[in-house]
Amino acid sequence: MSLAPLIAFDKVWKTYGHGEAEVRALAGIDLAIDEGEFVAIMGPSGSGKSTAMNIVGCLDTPTSGHYGFMGTDAGRLDRNRRAVLRNLYIGFVFQGYNLLPRTTAAENVELPLIYRGVAAHERRTLAMKALAEVGLEGREHHTPAELSGGQQQRVAIARAIVTRPTLLVADEPTGNLDTARSHEIMQLLTSLNQDAGLTIVMVTHEADIAAYAGRTIAFRDGHIASDTKKLEAA
Amino acid sequence: MIWETVRLALRSVRRNALRSFLTLLGIVIGVAAVIAMLTIGSGTTEKVKADISQLGSNLLIVRAGRPAAPGSGPQQTIRQLGEKEVAALTAHLEGVRAVSPASQKQVRVVFGTESLTSSITGTDNAYLDARDWKLASGRPFSESEVRGGINVCLIGETVRQQFFGSGDPDGAAVRIGRVSCKVVGLLEAKGYSGFGQDQDNVVLMPLSAFQRRIAGSRDIETIYVAADDATPTQVVQTRIEDIMRDTRRVTADREDDFSVRDMTQIADAMASATATMTGMLGAVAGVSLLVGGIGIMNIMLVSVTERTREIGIRLAIGAHEKHILIQFLVEATVLSLLGGLIGIAIGLALAGAASLALSIPFAPSLAVVLLAVGFSALIGMVFGFFPALRGARLDPIEALRHE
Repeated sequence: MSLAPLIAFDKVWKTYGHGEAEVRALAGIDLAIDEGEFVAIMGPSGSGKSTAMNIVGCLDTPTSGHYGFMGTDAGRLDRNRRAVLRNLYIGFVFQGYNLLPRTTAAENVELPLIYRGVAAHERRTLAMKALAEVGLEGREHHTPAELSGGQQQRVAIARAIVTRPTLLVADEPTGNLDTARSHEIMQLLTSLNQDAGLTIVMVTHEADIAAYAGRTIAFRDGHIASDTKKLEAA
Repeated sequence: MIWETVRLALRSVRRNALRSFLTLLGIVIGVAAVIAMLTIGSGTTEKVKADISQLGSNLLIVRAGRPAAPGSGPQQTIRQLGEKEVAALTAHLEGVRAVSPASQKQVRVVFGTESLTSSITGTDNAYLDARDWKLASGRPFSESEVRGGINVCLIGETVRQQFFGSGDPDGAAVRIGRVSCKVVGLLEAKGYSGFGQDQDNVVLMPLSAFQRRIAGSRDIETIYVAADDATPTQVVQTRIEDIMRDTRRVTADREDDFSVRDMTQIADAMASATATMTGMLGAVAGVSLLVGGIGIMNIMLVSVTERTREIGIRLAIGAHEKHILIQFLVEATVLSLLGGLIGIAIGLALAGAASLALSIPFAPSLAVVLLAVGFSALIGMVFGFFPALRGARLDPIEALRHE
């Protein structure tokens, strides 16, 4: 609905190394993702999809070209400015959950709020609410070691949405889960996208997981090989 | 936010309790050593000062013979002090509280079947004043006893213990050498001097009686002069020297044939020597603090490496470099501060034990304790900075991939 796309790649190149050893991860990508979309990024390893994810998540910057996020040239910001951007507008979900060990679910979820300077009691309230949204009432004081993989990923999702971000970046969120757990997580992400209007960009290599997304982009050798939208997704 | 960080740091310290403790040990030992050294040192200084002031405050001691100079051989003939000098000093010296002649001899004292070798001192009542000595019981010498050289005496606490236990010695007759002497008073106990001398093993008698019956000569060994509080001892020393040169007709081209020692100056010199010693020992102990700091740096580097993934997560979800920097800096500071506090407790305990064992005053100094607290915190910050910076500069993508 918004005029400018949320995410805009403009001839984005990303190379690593120099001279003979130079590796080309992205070769002039043009891409636009609007607010409210649920996009799956697919492709074999080395196709550049992870690099693209890192740039989308403001963790990395292009070697050349522009990366626009919410209308700002995010690719030109220094690391601390990008940290602010991530903290305010982006939530992350990883394949390996990446929760702090020996730290309760509630404390893990509170973490991004600490860097926002939210007061302790308010942090706790927001964290409890986010945990309830992902269906983890009663598990707030469990540490990751006391939770199953699916539950840990739910904690990670709660941590990602507790700041009410505009964008959720998910890097193979079901990669460590069995089929049943995977579909539960995907249903959760789908409802966050449809009910809360959260924009989701997800990397996966499983077609049935990608099928949850309204748009699938396939990467190959640093280029976009295909970009298809599901017909029923308006 | 900072309280949050401190809590986080304490938790991390607790989680690696053994490792933290071993890391702390360096700081603990360093701080404990510094605190113990400085506390014991200042106790010793106080003890030295107290010992010397026990001789009497503002005390100057005049003796025959030129001041001992380094390299000077034995003095050929010594012109002893006599009545003449005492009279001149008594008459002309200004700014003093007391002038008192005294001569001493170790003599066997007998009472009943008991005997004791004691320091017999011939003097007058001004001696008590000069040396800040009070009577526990009895009376001082009377005017006529001093002038007439009557065989009366004041005895010290050790002498009373030997002969009378805790009883009243007043009026008893003790034998000093071959002379019978009536006890008229008991001196207050002074205890041992800093040089290990029992100051209470003394018998005082009128100077003339001592000269005639014990020493067999009219020489005076020492003249004690106590300056009054308003007059600096250095001024009194100069005045004494002037009067003495005049009385003994020492011409300007000749050296003094007497010496004047200022006990206040000696006390100050000894105290400052002790302080220098303390400072040096403290500096040596400070080196172990440095070693402790390096230990902290080492363990913080390990900690940063171990928690690379955690740092990656924190950076990804929006932590600034400074958040990570502060987190690890606080952790290092908490660690070393904890070591500092334990070290202070141990150091004070050691100093307390030492002060009991060496019978010196326990003199903890708030300034030293605060300095130790500040210094250990500083060590944490300085040695924690590099590891913390390393953590803060990590690339979040790399850090998240770290296993």
